[in-house]
Amino acid sequence: MIDVAFWFVVILTLGSALIVVLNEKLVYSAIALLFTLFGVASLYVFLWADFLAGAQVVIYVGGILVLIIFGIMLTNRITSVNISHTSVQKGMGGVAVLGIIIVLGIMILNTPWYQTEFVEPAQTTATIGTLLMMEYLLPFEVASLLLLAALIGAAMLSRSGE
Amino acid sequence: MDSLNTYLFIAAILFSLGLFGVITRRNGVAVLMGIELILNAANLNFLAFAKYGGMNIVGHIFALFVIIMAAAEAAVALAIIINIYNNFRTINIDDVRELQQ
Repeated sequence: MIDVAFWFVVILTLGSALIVVLNEKLVYSAIALLFTLFGVASLYVFLWADFLAGAQVVIYVGGILVLIIFGIMLTNRITSVNISHTSVQKGMGGVAVLGIIIVLGIMILNTPWYQTEFVEPAQTTATIGTLLMMEYLLPFEVASLLLLAALIGAAMLSRSGE
Repeated sequence: MDSLNTYLFIAAILFSLGLFGVITRRNGVAVLMGIELILNAANLNFLAFAKYGGMNIVGHIFALFVIIMAAAEAAVALAIIINIYNNFRTINIDDVRELQQ
């Protein structure tokens, strides 16, 4: 049963990722990206990362995807019929990417990965919170500064003239 | 299904699809979507190693920082794309090749 759910999620993720990069219509790509992000969040659940799955849904689906759809709407004139965006050099790109997949696959199969016996964490959220406030306090503060700088920078860049 | 290699393969395919999007798309926003796919693949790797590779909860924290960085990157990149659109009236990245407007 879990196997069926897992492979369903995998097919959903990779299939909609394929639509994201191949579909001619930009809005369809954005909707397919929604399903990819949800699929990746489900994979996080399979990896025992429940807090990360929630953060993924909130930040990616609630924030970044909405931002991307805003970007699509703002950069296309409503009157223009052509909200599509054809791709270039699909053949060459496809060959190069297939090569990369094969090389990565060979690398994954031939590397003796360090693996340990895994124990399911009782709770991830509390541990992440404690670690963020203790060992990783400096990166946490730097991340908050980065977000502030990105906020100000984005507001300043997208302001239209004086 | 319960193996490190499965997740690594999924992440590799996701990464390659994102790369395909980045190198073949001509629309700036679509290139950004490809970058999001690549970042998701990296996150999937972090969490796979967190579960199977003994990285434990530290992997979760790295993935959290990647998500934060992706949010900042998306905001700034879309601001730049909208600026390009206001100056050039196109976001076809092949047509945007001069610094002056």
